[in-house]
Amino acid sequence: MNDASRSRDDGVTTAAEPAPGARATGPVGRARARVDTAAKVRGRAVYADDLRRPGMLYGVLRRSPVAHGVLRGVDVSTARAVEGVRAVITGADLPERYGILPVTQDETALAIDRVRYVGEPVAAVCAETEAAAREAAARIAIDVDPLPAILSIDDAVAAPARVHESDRFPGNAGRRIALEFGDVDAALAGCEYTREDVFFYAGSTHAPMETHSTLADWDGTRLTIHVSHQAPYYLQQILPRVLGIPAHALRIVVPYVGGGFGGKLDPFPDTICAAKLSMITGRPVRITLTREEVFYNHRGRHPALMWIRSGFDGDRLRAIHFRALIDGGAFGSFGTAAAYYHAALQPTTYRIPNYRAEVVRFYTNKPPCGPKRGHGTPQPRFALECHLDRVAEDLGVDPVALRRRNLVRITTCALEECIERVVEASGYRERHGRLPRGRGVGLAVGCYLSGAALPIWWNEMPHSTVIVKADRSGRITAYSGHTEIGQGSDDVLAAIVAECLGIEPEAVSLVLRDTASTPPDLGSYSSRVTMMMGNAAREAALALRRALAEAAASMLEAPEDSLVFAGGTVRVADAPDRRAALAEVIARAEAERGPLSFVGAYRPVVPFGDYKGAGVGPSPAYSYSACVIEVDVDTGTGIVRPTHVWIAHDIGRCINRTSVLGQVEGGVYMGLGEALMEEMAFTKQGALRATSLLDYRTPTALDMPPVDVILVEDPDEAGPFGAKEVGQGPLLPVAPALCNAVADAVGVRFDAIPVTPDRVLRALESGAARVGPRGVPDFDFPAPVRAEVPDDAAR
Amino acid sequence: MAEHRITLVVNGVERRLLVGASRTLLEVLREDLGLTGTKFGCELGECGACTVLVDDEPALACLTLAALCDGRSVTTVEGIDEDAARRIERAFAETGAAQCGYCTPGMVVLLYHLMRQRRPVDAREAISGNLCRCTGYARIVEAYERCLPKP
Repeated sequence: MNDASRSRDDGVTTAAEPAPGARATGPVGRARARVDTAAKVRGRAVYADDLRRPGMLYGVLRRSPVAHGVLRGVDVSTARAVEGVRAVITGADLPERYGILPVTQDETALAIDRVRYVGEPVAAVCAETEAAAREAAARIAIDVDPLPAILSIDDAVAAPARVHESDRFPGNAGRRIALEFGDVDAALAGCEYTREDVFFYAGSTHAPMETHSTLADWDGTRLTIHVSHQAPYYLQQILPRVLGIPAHALRIVVPYVGGGFGGKLDPFPDTICAAKLSMITGRPVRITLTREEVFYNHRGRHPALMWIRSGFDGDRLRAIHFRALIDGGAFGSFGTAAAYYHAALQPTTYRIPNYRAEVVRFYTNKPPCGPKRGHGTPQPRFALECHLDRVAEDLGVDPVALRRRNLVRITTCALEECIERVVEASGYRERHGRLPRGRGVGLAVGCYLSGAALPIWWNEMPHSTVIVKADRSGRITAYSGHTEIGQGSDDVLAAIVAECLGIEPEAVSLVLRDTASTPPDLGSYSSRVTMMMGNAAREAALALRRALAEAAASMLEAPEDSLVFAGGTVRVADAPDRRAALAEVIARAEAERGPLSFVGAYRPVVPFGDYKGAGVGPSPAYSYSACVIEVDVDTGTGIVRPTHVWIAHDIGRCINRTSVLGQVEGGVYMGLGEALMEEMAFTKQGALRATSLLDYRTPTALDMPPVDVILVEDPDEAGPFGAKEVGQGPLLPVAPALCNAVADAVGVRFDAIPVTPDRVLRALESGAARVGPRGVPDFDFPAPVRAEVPDDAAR
Repeated sequence: MAEHRITLVVNGVERRLLVGASRTLLEVLREDLGLTGTKFGCELGECGACTVLVDDEPALACLTLAALCDGRSVTTVEGIDEDAARRIERAFAETGAAQCGYCTPGMVVLLYHLMRQRRPVDAREAISGNLCRCTGYARIVEAYERCLPKP
């Protein structure tokens, strides 16, 4: 039970208060305009780079031109000589190691002794003008003795060099995990049928439209940082140690964020350098990255080489043995979590009585990989869903029937209905295997969590806290530290508070994301905001409602449980003329009780195992998606054109239907980009091939097919008004559905993405039945950590 | 570096400026005039976030040298006439066309231009040079279609 629901059991509720999962009567669930649209359409919404300060200096980073090498020296004397330069720093100025995860404190803001990827920051400059800062940065001389660069999984295994010297892991295998329940070897040995396949999922990057930007302002005792970031409270936790200041002297303010997708979650060198330069000069310093530099910050999708072997008796899945070798780039970032996520979310859709997952995350000399939308789950989902279509073909079973036969149900789960609805809407059964050559349909499913049950830095404090205040002006104000990265979380906050108090979302004033004035929230990641901030907001708003109900009961001489909050008034249920304006009720309550300020907090209480790795995967609720994609493959050009997408998503319940539809469509879009064109590709020297939005191709409006979204609402009582996540889950089935469709269209199995025209043409010309990796290199995985067979899987 | 005295009419207001030869219209709008509604997305003319109107024609402010705009009129997202702005705002709000909002000003300025053209256009074609990473474009296309004559 979570904090919010515990408070409801304390007997302090009114009968008129919405029960958990109750059908909303106000704004919640409707298709509505978001509360932040007007500011964004009028150009009034403020983003980090829009901020100016008197006396502001401009900072620029100088980056390594070499993928791997010993850093002999950095000569900054010529940079200092440029007119207008106020400070220059190198690695020696910021020696403290850090990292977003406690287990991988392997980064420094500027390289020390070694450079580990092309684009790694080596020095930083600030000057009176951006032009002077750029010129000075360009004049810095970097002296590097090159080392062999580790640029692939094969390189990492062969290990002609080590990216990090450490006693904690062999070679470049920074993180090795193995988890098992049941007895996979015995089960596979006894199965009627087994099959194995190998897959590759390419690395891709978030490419948010807004580049990273920081404005740091040190006033001699306090440091204020305005930053484009998804998780200000993690910066609040990590930066004081790196900068050598007390935690209470740091204030993080996050304006609107112009897209995140996981790419603005780490503590980044540009933020740390802006802060350090401000502390040195005593002046505000802004660093805004160029588009090219965003590709170096990266923290995007891990390239993953995967092997899967499954065993069946009849059409019943008996066992899966899964291996992934993932390419992490130069630093840890969220990589340990990504490695565990490669293992965690296969048993949440299918009943797997015997399951073993082995994952190794390698260090390589490339920009660090991290959490991109789906965080470590799209890769194994791709492997599993493509593999299952082959199994179905081998067994002569319909792919729909094979999946349905083996479904498992965890928390509320409408996956079966999602599958039925997309199969029905797309005509999959009538069309799969029956369309003319060049056209095909493919199916896949996915599952994602609604917030990680454990925080990144383990503690027992609430994950989200919201304050709701009312005052004599009649104003209702909500204070929250969550971040708005485009997903509509400000609107979720306003809608939930409004729903509880019988007003419209636009009537709720919002004070947001400032660690000095808003209560803590862990940030926008793991699809946690609606679940956690939403529950905290609901709890705070209902506490205010109880106080107002008490005042209204005496004003209207009616029992509290007869009161209805609606349309900005409080009225007696059966006597509509006995009513009071909410503002009057607020004034009375403030007079009677004093200040009306109420706190709601949420901390997930979800059971999980006591083995190492058990903390990754547990969530208060899981979302489910099913997707069918129809493709048209031009056998003359190799161009794969998705012509229609049908996707059904188990949302629990919408808070704002318009926002939910937009999130599903956005997830499909990003999944199609990964499946068809997006790839972090490198030269033999380790330089990124694409460092612009022209070369790093993303789908344009003309590339996007019609997307039919089906929302399945099966309220989950863990979520506010029954809501579950939508920001990440809908991406997951897209790439496998697309590859299954291509196989249906032209008979070629694409076991590697992106499915680019040149690869398609080569396959068609050579008559290949399959495109993908031949195998996975031998790797010595540790003995598996053993877990209990989940109850759902044992049945 | 050579500096140029120029006069721009920005959103109907005459502005006299001294600009370096290499400065872009985007820098002048954002840094010198504080008109930060026009967004910086790539500085290479690839994303469309900085779309403005120069003498009523769409231009990428990041590729336009400010000095070459001497004597010309510039319209940014802040300068769209109120009737059109209300219609666009309503269309974007009802369809959910803005998520993170960073591509939005460029999309809005381009739409404003097309509304004034009064010719039917294919909305997908029209925005194919403006990138958005959030929406998958369908809702932006729908917002456009609500504001434009039917083809």
